[in-house]
Amino acid sequence: MPAPSAAGGPTWTKWLVVAAPYLWLLVFFLAPFFIIAKISLSMTAIAMPPYVPVFDSLSSLGEKLGELSFENYLWLADDPLYWRSYLSSLRIAFISTAMLLLIGYPIAYAMARAPKSVRPTLLMLVILPFWTSFLIRVYAWIGILKPEGLLTVALQALGLLGPTEQVQIMNTETAVFIGIVYSYLPFMILPLYAALEKLDGTLLEAASDLGCPPMKAFWVITWPLSLPGVIAGCFLCFIPIMGEFVIPDLLGGSDTLMIGKTLWNEFFSNRDWPVSSAVAVVLLLILVVPIMIFQNVQRKV
Amino acid sequence: MSNKLSWFNVTSLTLGFAFLYIPILLLVIFSFNESRLVTVWGGFSTKWYGEMIRNQALMDAAWVTIRVSFLSATIATVLGTLAAITMTRYARFPGRLLFSGMIYAPLVMPEVITGLSLLLLFVAMDFSRGFWTVTIAHVTLTMCFVAVVVQSRLVTFDRSLEEAAQDLGCPPAKTFFAITLPLILPAVVAGWMLAFTLSLDDLVIASFNTGPGATTLPIKIYSQVRLGVTPEINAVCTVMIAVVALGVIAASLYTKRVEVERERAERAAVAQAG
Repeated sequence: MPAPSAAGGPTWTKWLVVAAPYLWLLVFFLAPFFIIAKISLSMTAIAMPPYVPVFDSLSSLGEKLGELSFENYLWLADDPLYWRSYLSSLRIAFISTAMLLLIGYPIAYAMARAPKSVRPTLLMLVILPFWTSFLIRVYAWIGILKPEGLLTVALQALGLLGPTEQVQIMNTETAVFIGIVYSYLPFMILPLYAALEKLDGTLLEAASDLGCPPMKAFWVITWPLSLPGVIAGCFLCFIPIMGEFVIPDLLGGSDTLMIGKTLWNEFFSNRDWPVSSAVAVVLLLILVVPIMIFQNVQRKV
Repeated sequence: MSNKLSWFNVTSLTLGFAFLYIPILLLVIFSFNESRLVTVWGGFSTKWYGEMIRNQALMDAAWVTIRVSFLSATIATVLGTLAAITMTRYARFPGRLLFSGMIYAPLVMPEVITGLSLLLLFVAMDFSRGFWTVTIAHVTLTMCFVAVVVQSRLVTFDRSLEEAAQDLGCPPAKTFFAITLPLILPAVVAGWMLAFTLSLDDLVIASFNTGPGATTLPIKIYSQVRLGVTPEINAVCTVMIAVVALGVIAASLYTKRVEVERERAERAAVAQAG
């Protein structure tokens, strides 16, 4: 006898359950990637929408294929702005993911070691900022970091800065790192905590009973067992940071290049849709492998 | 893990939570500042909240945002719950791998890519941009979050009640609404809330897909933030934080109550049987 399923039963209900979300994602998530790829191969034009050619139907696909141009991609390879943005995004994403792991791990570890009764409260305290708007949290840092901001005021009050001195963090890469670490910290802590909480404390007790020093026990037992959480947390942070726009735009200066910001400017300021599509396609190609790894990790969890 | 916190654990927790909360606290405190200067305390005042309410453009944007978030969260919850059922209950169907790929990818996909690609789809379909395009974009993003939240509940779900109902001749659809849905309801509610706040907060995807008359609150805030920090924006942000925090706390209290009631009912059932 086939296993009964709550939403299944007659085949048509089962198909409806599968088809509704499936079709929605096919149309609104997958199909757009083909369109973005197509437009990245079109020429820029001063029109609305600002590009040619547009395929009207599949039948005209063949004849239009000749009009496709790889000009946008040649342009990307040619102009140092783009590849420098990609490299800079990669660098910033790598460094900030490492910083997030370094800062997030001790916090998640302490949460997992806390008494069972306070754990839900601690978890709630980590989740709450995650529910608060990204934009608002980044905005909060502007008031702190700007030259006449609260950090300057605080440091002057403590006598660490002279009355005429000001902190010069705003509009630098340091500000971008602070903003990223601040915004993504919950994304790092949550998977780490999930992995560490499952850890069997008796393993550590056994190790210490057998004379294993705590530091060694950490590296031999805790760290390897928390690796799934480490991997999930790192990918959960690294991938979106690569395309981050709000943080470099609001906290970074004109010399902080990140590809999300470049794409945004290409689209909104230069109104160059084909070039911004090409920028997006290349970013997607860079991220395909990390995203696949992330999905494999997620499926196993 | 063991229950003894070392000084190192306590320090990491203290510093970690201070880092997470001090910026938000400062923002809230300075929304009550009399002075226009954000760094100088000029005394307690609620005048910026008054300014905020009198700012018609801001209020219009807030109203658009609430409508978009409510509608998109509701559609996303239905689709996301169906997706979660699909992922946990139907082990094989054609294209299952693609399906789970499409559920997980939006969780990490940079927003600039999702936003731009959807916009290009709408333009290709000759769909005029505005309220509906932002709503559709938000459904697409948030349904995947709902799916993941509901899925995590369904995985630990005890199927024996469903099986018992079906053995007693309860039709599948009725079984779903009478047994499955009430049991997974806390996760569905949490999914809806997450979808609602994600939609409420989104700047990037909304900026790409918005049109005339559909300026959302984050778009409005962003355009003002670029001009500088003002107490009025602090007031708007404080209200948004308060709404979300109250919602999250209410939802967690509700979940706790549902669990307590279920435990009590189970105990009563056991007592009756005995």
